[in-house]
Amino acid sequence: MASSTGKSFLGRFGVHIAVLIFVAIWTIPTLGILVSSLRDKNQLAVTGWWTALVTSSQNDDGRLGTAADQVEKDGKFLIMGNLLKAGDNRTISAFGIKSQAPTEFAAGAVADLGDGVTLQVNDDGFYVQSSPVAFEGDRGRRIYFASSMPPRFTTDNYQTVLFSEGIGRSFINSLTVTIPATIIPILIAAFAAYALAWMRFPGRALLIATIIGLLVVPLQMSLIPLLKLYNGVGLFFGVPAKTYLGIWLAHTGFGLPFAIYLLRSYIAGLPREIMESARIDGASDFEIFIKIVLPLSFPVLASFAIFQFLWVWNDLLVAMVFLGSGSDQLVLTGKLNALLGSRGGNWEILTTSAFVTILVPLAVFFSLQRYFVRGLLAGSVKGG
Amino acid sequence: MTAQILSAVFTIIIGVGGCVVYFWTANRLLDVIFPSRGVSGAAAIDNLRRQGYIRPWLFVGPAMLILAVYLIYPVVATLILSVHDRTGQNFVGMANYSWAFGDREFLQAIFNNILWLAVVPAACTFLGLIIAVLTDKIWWGNIAKSLVFAPLAISFVGASVIWKFVYEYRGEGQAQIGILNAIVQYFGGNPQVWISTPFWNNFFLMVILIWIQTGFAMVILSSALRGIPDETIEAATIDGASGFQIFWKIMIPQIWGTIAVVWTTITILVLKVFDIVLTMTNGQWNSNTLANLMFDWMFRGGGDFGRGAAIAVIIMLAVVPIMIWNIRQANREGGGH
Repeated sequence: MASSTGKSFLGRFGVHIAVLIFVAIWTIPTLGILVSSLRDKNQLAVTGWWTALVTSSQNDDGRLGTAADQVEKDGKFLIMGNLLKAGDNRTISAFGIKSQAPTEFAAGAVADLGDGVTLQVNDDGFYVQSSPVAFEGDRGRRIYFASSMPPRFTTDNYQTVLFSEGIGRSFINSLTVTIPATIIPILIAAFAAYALAWMRFPGRALLIATIIGLLVVPLQMSLIPLLKLYNGVGLFFGVPAKTYLGIWLAHTGFGLPFAIYLLRSYIAGLPREIMESARIDGASDFEIFIKIVLPLSFPVLASFAIFQFLWVWNDLLVAMVFLGSGSDQLVLTGKLNALLGSRGGNWEILTTSAFVTILVPLAVFFSLQRYFVRGLLAGSVKGG
Repeated sequence: MTAQILSAVFTIIIGVGGCVVYFWTANRLLDVIFPSRGVSGAAAIDNLRRQGYIRPWLFVGPAMLILAVYLIYPVVATLILSVHDRTGQNFVGMANYSWAFGDREFLQAIFNNILWLAVVPAACTFLGLIIAVLTDKIWWGNIAKSLVFAPLAISFVGASVIWKFVYEYRGEGQAQIGILNAIVQYFGGNPQVWISTPFWNNFFLMVILIWIQTGFAMVILSSALRGIPDETIEAATIDGASGFQIFWKIMIPQIWGTIAVVWTTITILVLKVFDIVLTMTNGQWNSNTLANLMFDWMFRGGGDFGRGAAIAVIIMLAVVPIMIWNIRQANREGGGH
């Protein structure tokens, strides 16, 4: 169908432009947090991330040193110091002493403040205030200045979120939840799918219909009874109600209908001859399953594994209900949600944390896209 | 850090190992109790038959047990809880439901959910279809598809942070760091506080879900479009059909079934939308939805399980028609062997 429309040069050009616009809309938001996570946090707070490569300028104010700092030299009283903090990496372009005219004097110029008092501010922030009579008072003079920062990229934000904001810890927690919650349902579903496809037993058709019905049962229906059940079990046995085992089983339960559905339709399609010849050779169903069905089902197992991995890694609801909010159990999505509340304005922390949380699923996605798409096409009725 | 990783690895091995051990031991035991090898012919046949009775249940047993505990029992229990009070002890009849339909917050959530249902599945399917058709015509189509598809791998929370940054508001006259307000300001408009402007904020939250789900619609529809036989389209071209005519009169009718599948899948997802609302507004500024309201009632004031369960049942009721359609569809395709 590729050649049927858009034959004219203009038409072809239009298609390229249209797709380009779509791609831009779909990638720019993510690009924004990636770029922001690598920017200096002071720059991030005042300028848009799309200006990351441009020198940014900002207006600031500060105070000069007080009378206690003055030194006498050649009959003049001097207060000296630096307006910028060490390592600030900024350049002062202009300064002023009135808020109405914050950039009255260029950097390096000597400003006459009246009564013989002068002030000179250099572009590196160094200043000299000089007066023929001694300074008095315990408050320094307020001064306004404009400074510019060259573009600056840093990995400081990653250091901060991974090691002092607790994202590193949550990363490990997420892995602890995700890996078993991906493997356990695969094992359980694969056995069940084989039985449902190739073994004869009463009630099989009913079981299959039930599983298809359960595909679309909303998670919400399960939460309250399970929360009560977990609390009850915890109380009865005197164990914590919120455990990793609890969430693995919950994710297994929620993932099973889709897993069995997907795996069964694949396993049922395997050639009958292979299994029958194995059975004639005296292999039991267990042996057939382990030695023949599992290896042959690799593509569909991979598809489901990717689905379940992404679903569990990205889940917030189940983790909030079945895991605690302490640092030993808080997963990445929960941590990110908590940071949105406590660090709502600290975009350097939010963007960096968000990028850490989406890094793993994006890597899985791009490297295993083929299996992911195959699974999507085979079972596009996922309830979860 | 090492201790954490070690304990995580340990927990993982216990969890996965336990599962492997069950299947292996159970099947081994069956072979030992009813041996089919090394016994006389008649006994072997007898034992094989017994194995044949028991083994299917060893295979489906764990799945059935987990489905019963994690899905079937909860569905029944939620129905029962929804006609009980906040503690789940006292029967209150339909009180939770009549409360819900008199509650301003609940009605707001229903209204918003309907709005979401009206916009999101339609928008995803429409955009997905357009992108699928356009990317089929160009040489870098697969790269473009990958990029549009990628947000599907991003969590709702992650996507919420991404879009909260897009929507970020700074006062008028200040340099905007959110790209949407920067664009608005560039064209001379006034920056807006997008996510706390009632009614319209719903649409800004929907954009996030559309952004995530369009890739899904695109991939499914794209594969359906490829399934249309070339001859059909060639025949139409020879008959002098224009591009638009081919699209509307030939392609769309051919993939109608797939469009329905995409539409219903996204509809179910929309009914359950929770993370986006929780992280963006937590239901403030009239942006609540049923799933978030339900979560709220699970814990609000120590938790009101009756009201929470009633809201869950209402979400479920909305899904039931789709569920029936699903089972019918599956039966029509034949139940396998």
